[in-house]
Amino acid sequence: MAKIPYKWYKILAILLLSYTLVYGLLIPLPTDVGMLDETIRNLFYHVPMWFGMMLILFAAWIYSILYLQNQNPKHEIIARALTFTGILMGLCGLFTGMFWGYNTWGSPWTNDPKLNGVAVGMTMYAGYWLIQKSVDDGEKKARLASVYNIFIFPLFIALIFVMPKLAKFSIHPGSGESVNFKTYNKTNNMELVFYPAILGWTLFFVWIAEIRARYELLKQRKENEKLFA
Amino acid sequence: MKNFLLNSIIADIVPQVSESIFRSSGKIYVVVGILTIIFALITIYLIRLDSKITKLEKQIK
Repeated sequence: MAKIPYKWYKILAILLLSYTLVYGLLIPLPTDVGMLDETIRNLFYHVPMWFGMMLILFAAWIYSILYLQNQNPKHEIIARALTFTGILMGLCGLFTGMFWGYNTWGSPWTNDPKLNGVAVGMTMYAGYWLIQKSVDDGEKKARLASVYNIFIFPLFIALIFVMPKLAKFSIHPGSGESVNFKTYNKTNNMELVFYPAILGWTLFFVWIAEIRARYELLKQRKENEKLFA
Repeated sequence: MKNFLLNSIIADIVPQVSESIFRSSGKIYVVVGILTIIFALITIYLIRLDSKITKLEKQIK
């Protein structure tokens, strides 16, 4: 079964997210955040999308490796559900980032290493989606998608995480020589919400991925029954 | 003089300018309430979806 036997993680996700949504809006802010002002609260909503995406895509990467190792179709289904959920989180991060950027920088897209890296990375994951949708042969598709996933995940991390850090100039916080979380957080306890937010959002999307994987498993079992009936 | 004293006391009590603007009308709680309602409904939806799939899994087994 793709069902995760620990029910408590769903309850934990609900509790952490309720806390994040309420206290994230009410927590006192540091005064020195400049033009960000009140929008620094997006730290609890926009940033966890990317952290959660990376964690979920990492889990998908592990399951793709597992699939190639033992050819268990269940692992491929879990990897697929996790990858699609990761892409969904990435899109949430992308659109919230564009909205935030539009209101802070005056433009939804700037020529910035972090943003360009994400654009290329998302295109690579669009390739994953294409493989899943265009290859008919089930086993060939599963192998192709797994190999592709194993190949693109490290590249994706390099593009959105490592390269922006190495860049000389970046307007996006947390990369290059621009400001980062610690710059803003000398006086206040924003990590009181930030870390629970990452955990809560990640667990919430893991729950969505779990439901998707269970649905796909049921569908596959039904198709197999038809095949051998 | 009296006003000046009052203002400096208020400045001491209200430590952050942006925060006082944010909450001065007290209406941020309306937004918090609405977000809570939306989140509660999404969560209930997910729980129901979860239990439906669990039922189906038990049937097929």
